[in-house]
Amino acid sequence: MSYLELRDISKVYGEGAAEVHALRRVDLSVEAGSLVAIMGASGSGKSTLLTIAGSLEDPSSGEVYIGGRALSSLSRNGKAQLRRQSIGYVFQDYNLLAGLSALENVSLPLELDGVAARKAQTSALETLDDFGLADRASRYPDQLSGGERQRVAIARAVVGGRQLLLADEPSGALDSTNAESVMRLLLAACHRGLAAVVVTHDAQLASWADRVVFLRDGRVVDQTLPLEGPEALLADVPYQ
Amino acid sequence: MSIRHALLALLSEGPKYGLQLRQEFESRTGEVWPLNVGQVYTTLQRLERDGLVESDDTAEEGPQKGFHITQEGVDELSQWLRTPPDFSSPPRDELVIKVLVALGLPGVDVHEVVQVHRRYLVQLMQQWTRLKEDESRLDINFALVVDAELFRLDSLIRWLDTADGRLKRAAGDETVPDPQPFPLPKARRRVGAPE
Repeated sequence: MSYLELRDISKVYGEGAAEVHALRRVDLSVEAGSLVAIMGASGSGKSTLLTIAGSLEDPSSGEVYIGGRALSSLSRNGKAQLRRQSIGYVFQDYNLLAGLSALENVSLPLELDGVAARKAQTSALETLDDFGLADRASRYPDQLSGGERQRVAIARAVVGGRQLLLADEPSGALDSTNAESVMRLLLAACHRGLAAVVVTHDAQLASWADRVVFLRDGRVVDQTLPLEGPEALLADVPYQ
Repeated sequence: MSIRHALLALLSEGPKYGLQLRQEFESRTGEVWPLNVGQVYTTLQRLERDGLVESDDTAEEGPQKGFHITQEGVDELSQWLRTPPDFSSPPRDELVIKVLVALGLPGVDVHEVVQVHRRYLVQLMQQWTRLKEDESRLDINFALVVDAELFRLDSLIRWLDTADGRLKRAAGDETVPDPQPFPLPKARRRVGAPE
């Protein structure tokens, strides 16, 4: 079953002559356990799609379902609660709080949601450990490398059993090998049951996804076919 | 890369048998390029003819015959390693040709042609990327070969993306993204800027 579903989503900014159609009748389903990449040029609507999928913005028309619940049926507080408990966000510029340690950054969303501090910190430490960052727990963001900061940001996004992860160019500021580590973590988190959407213009990043959806001028124009095994690449490759 | 120089490189580490050369060639190239044993022996015979390797005089022909590199072979290898491949003239790229042909054909949407190729290339990249998923099983030689292939495919996709944008602008397409941010409703402050 799809954990995230966008049905017939359109988004229009402005009115009259200034009207801009950022999204036009977009349908998208993301199953639990799968990583979907949205590829498109600047201005194709991919960041708008992400903010609508994450309930940070309302669509002009259409409906978003998260975990089977229609967002339009939720109050403002209901959406805020859904965001805190079920959705993790990862941004290109990490958005870690500079005055908090890695551990405090990761435990913060749990504490904001009413989990007792000690319990929240235990969960945060477990998540940091999963991401190979247990020995960085007491460091502040400016004492971490770019790759480590983004891994902390992903830990913060998945801590406490969140089920949907939304990422906007999550490895955009990283070099290739760090970007690869970040994507490997995201994919592993998905294969443990998370549904994830990554928007990017970068094919190397998108190629980690189980499915790649192509957005153009606010419309879904294409998507990749189900992934074939890589074995075919290695069989009978003639050496020239 | 040529088999000739790959074999010289392996022999520069010390004398080796033909069969051993084949196995090491395959493992060093991440086992992406299988090599048949006939190619190995034909190449070794040519290297010997050119004075770049020598064989054990006593051994019979076959997998147990050993070879070692000569000083001429060492010099040839050193020169080859430092000679850049010929990138000076553009290759006849079939992808470029198809897009150029599509551009001139009536009734053909060049953006749709671009997208067909983009999707295919992304699918290929997904397959190659899966080979890197389990880092603990990723051999360094193989990882380098996979990276090279991913960067090659990525460069083609970047070219398609650029072509797509350039064609839109050239056509004066009204849907070309406005460089200014989209006008936002005046109401409350929004989290996350739309594109």
